[in-house]
Amino acid sequence: MKKEIICTVCPMGCHILVEGEGENIISVTGNTCKRGEVYASAEFCHPVRILTTTVKTDCEKTPLVAVRSEKPLPKEKIMDCMEVIRKVEVKTPVSMYDVVVENICGTGTNIVATGNV
Amino acid sequence: MMKTDVVVIGAGAVGCAIARELSKYDVDVIVVDKRDDVGGDASKSNSAIIHTGYDAAPGTLESQLVVAANPMYDQLTKELDIPFKRIGAVLPAFTDEQFEQLPAIKEKAFKNHVYDVEYLSKEEILAKEPELNPEVKGGLYIPRESLIDPFILVQALAENANENGVDFMLNTEVTGINVENGAIKSVETTSGTIETTYVVNAAALHCDDIAAMVGKADYKVVARRGQFYILDKNTSCKVQTIVLPIPTKITKGKLMCPTIHGNMLVGPTAEDLDDKVDTSVTTEGLNSIYADVSKMIPNVNLRDTITQYSGLRPNRNPEGLHVDVYDDLAGYVNLSGVRSTGLTLCVAMGKYVVEKLKEIGMNVSLKDDFKATRKGIPIFHEMSREEQENIIKEDPLYGTIVCRCETITEGEIMRAIHRPLGARTVDAVKRRVRAGMGRCQGGFCGPKVIEILARELNVPTEQINKNLDGSYMVVGKNK
Amino acid sequence: MYNFECDVAIVGGGPAGLSAAVAAKKEGAKKVLIIERDESIGGILQQCIHPGFGLSYFKEELTGPEYAGRFAKEAVELGVEFLLNSMVLEVNENENTVICVNSEHGMTEVKAKSIILAMGCRERTRANIMIPGARPAGVYTAGSAQRLVNRQNQMVGKKVVILGSGDIGMIMARRMTLEGAEVLAVIELMDYLAGLTRNKVQCLDDFGIPLYLSHTITKIDGYQRVKGVYFAQVDENKKPIKETEKYIECDTLLLSVGLLPENELTRKAGIEMNPITNGPKVNQYMQTSAESVFACGNVVHVNDLVDNVSTESMKAGKFAAQYAMGTLPMATKKVENVSGENVRYLCPHSLSVAEENEKVTLYFRVLHPELNATIRVKSGDEIIATKKRQRVNPGEMENITFDTSLVKDNNVVVEVVKEA
Repeated sequence: MKKEIICTVCPMGCHILVEGEGENIISVTGNTCKRGEVYASAEFCHPVRILTTTVKTDCEKTPLVAVRSEKPLPKEKIMDCMEVIRKVEVKTPVSMYDVVVENICGTGTNIVATGNV
Repeated sequence: MMKTDVVVIGAGAVGCAIARELSKYDVDVIVVDKRDDVGGDASKSNSAIIHTGYDAAPGTLESQLVVAANPMYDQLTKELDIPFKRIGAVLPAFTDEQFEQLPAIKEKAFKNHVYDVEYLSKEEILAKEPELNPEVKGGLYIPRESLIDPFILVQALAENANENGVDFMLNTEVTGINVENGAIKSVETTSGTIETTYVVNAAALHCDDIAAMVGKADYKVVARRGQFYILDKNTSCKVQTIVLPIPTKITKGKLMCPTIHGNMLVGPTAEDLDDKVDTSVTTEGLNSIYADVSKMIPNVNLRDTITQYSGLRPNRNPEGLHVDVYDDLAGYVNLSGVRSTGLTLCVAMGKYVVEKLKEIGMNVSLKDDFKATRKGIPIFHEMSREEQENIIKEDPLYGTIVCRCETITEGEIMRAIHRPLGARTVDAVKRRVRAGMGRCQGGFCGPKVIEILARELNVPTEQINKNLDGSYMVVGKNK
Repeated sequence: MYNFECDVAIVGGGPAGLSAAVAAKKEGAKKVLIIERDESIGGILQQCIHPGFGLSYFKEELTGPEYAGRFAKEAVELGVEFLLNSMVLEVNENENTVICVNSEHGMTEVKAKSIILAMGCRERTRANIMIPGARPAGVYTAGSAQRLVNRQNQMVGKKVVILGSGDIGMIMARRMTLEGAEVLAVIELMDYLAGLTRNKVQCLDDFGIPLYLSHTITKIDGYQRVKGVYFAQVDENKKPIKETEKYIECDTLLLSVGLLPENELTRKAGIEMNPITNGPKVNQYMQTSAESVFACGNVVHVNDLVDNVSTESMKAGKFAAQYAMGTLPMATKKVENVSGENVRYLCPHSLSVAEENEKVTLYFRVLHPELNATIRVKSGDEIIATKKRQRVNPGEMENITFDTSLVKDNNVVVEVVKEA
């Protein structure tokens, strides 16, 4: 399988072509630096993203608190995670980095608050 | 069934002026309008000028009413606390042909009983208006052409009428008029039937549709769209007066003038439309404004625009301002041909229509408890520091600035909502206290205004409209 | 009138104001006050809940609230004081006072030894770019929509088109998608992306949102609420090509068409402005034409990274503190910084050169993208600094550093040339 990946490591935005199968990378071409190769390989095998969104609070004045995944989550699980987070309501007070959802969707990553309410 | 003496259809400048005039008498009045707010269509998107009538067709009803109305504004705007400024207009001539037209224009003004039009030499006109194209040859000065806040004018007339007993039914469309034995019987609306003796059709753009309901539509209304630019208060090129072009046979042309609040207004176009709703702005229209106005004012900087809008003037075909009553339809007064001069002549029209109603049998006498004055919302940014200090002590919400561009406080917005005929929509707030009227066009204060309206009206935010039904601002709570 | 005295008064508690306050305190200013119009500090970062902040400053990827939170915490620990819910009405450079208003104290006069302007910027509107068509509800600037969605829990619409490929626009494309809306298109007038490539990848490509470069909206449809938009490809003069016009049904149009520094107070105070940046002219101390007034962050020029804002604002804070304490270096000559080939503007705009050598960094944007470019600083006939860049691009701020001791002339020229 071949996949074109636009590198986001620096503003160059190289279009990198990765060839491989699953975990097995055959070739990486089009990158102009080593960091690009590392990025493209990871993006090919296991694309991950930090998920940021909001969670409802029980406070009328501040109805939302911003949250993030502590670590990047598998890209394909993002929408499933959103479904879970959408249903959560946190009790105030809540502080920066309080865990809001533990081990979201079995990913081993917590969803934590990024604000104080 | 609701019962009244007079139904006025249309809550624009004319409808509200008639209502206010009627409110001096012992008569029950209901004003109906299909919009969310008083202020109509044409009355809220025009050039905001109180004309003298210098260029009207002499001897016409329009000439008579405009000329009579202009002097009324000094007292009216004091009584009703309406921003108003007599800044005067100049009419510059740039070509020999235009220059030769000046005596005829002055003479026409004279025939309209506008006696104070003056000639200006090149030096005089440039002294009054330094931004004019220096090729100007001279011109005319019309001292009593004036600026007004057109929103506040209509609100003030309506609020004062309301305080003196007139009822307003907004979001209410007239669907039919019932006639019995050659006389008005009742008006059918989307909010129910109103039994009434008199109907005044002041529906402007839609007055032909209303007239058709009683079989009196012997004319058509064509919407003539006028597009405008509003420029930032800080724009690099400002005019000091109302700069009017010398009209051609085809058009009155495009003008540039300050607004009462210190912005610059440039326009309008004049495009006849096939429908009565298309208040779009178009690239061609906006470009034509620059093409024309830059001939008079070469440095006009339309890049400093903070908004563009268009208004629809009701243009009667055949032309002419008419106030008609009918032998075979007792109790019905039909207004048609009220065009851009309507904003000026509305107050004279109020008196004229009341006289008409008396002529056709309305037997009324003046009330002794009529309250002639109305107080506007105290404007924070116009106050001295000491006054600001005092009003915050009285009402701490005056210490919370909601609209940064125009420095409008929550106190002012609260008053806009909680006064007679108070604001129910985002635009209605804007037209009362100018929140969202500035250079960010509600980018910062819009979200806050939605919240305040929802809180004060005790409805969910998705029920807050920009203006008309269906113009919802948000779809509701996200989670 | 309520009175307050301090050494350094800062107008605005966003990332610029917070960074400046921290630096002013660290430099030794005793009483530092931030005046903030919102009910909490952090400014626009409070609604920028997405990641991508802090990569250059903290060397880790933070969200907006976390980034602001770090500076806020530091500011609080250092004893910076705050006036919240307070709108500044007037900056008076002659008397070194700031007049502000809030519900609690009413009218308030803050007297300071130096003042830092850190009001940030606002979004360009529909009117600024003159989009033709009707004027219905449902046309929002991306930032207003972001505030409604991320702070007020209000969903602005269900079917969304975004005009402009600026970062906020792309980020809102992802945000709206995550919250269940359908984002149908991102439309960009230029033939290149306005924002960062990473945002195209992570906000558009990840969700299959189409990006139309060299396109624009030709008409907004709908009289009550947006019903749809017409859009078309543009020719080389950016004029829509009528034959390519298409219609998208949608209920919401978000605009991400640029930011403008918010300088009403600056103008009112009579401070000299730069017509290209729409911000005050500053020297390398971030000092404006009024010597006690400094400025930093997006109020001076619109930055793409908050990290740059912090770096620049720390300078403003440091030098405003020095000014307050009377230790700011005395200038022996003033040098104008001049934009040369492919440079849109430079910031700072001038240098206040003192006896002692200083390293100064000039920030700038190029006019058009270029590959294999060399950035050169010239003083007189001499080239006093060069820097090679594989790629430069108007969306990303560039910079170059040099020694003031090398400046021979009354001006320096910065240019970006393609390598031979």
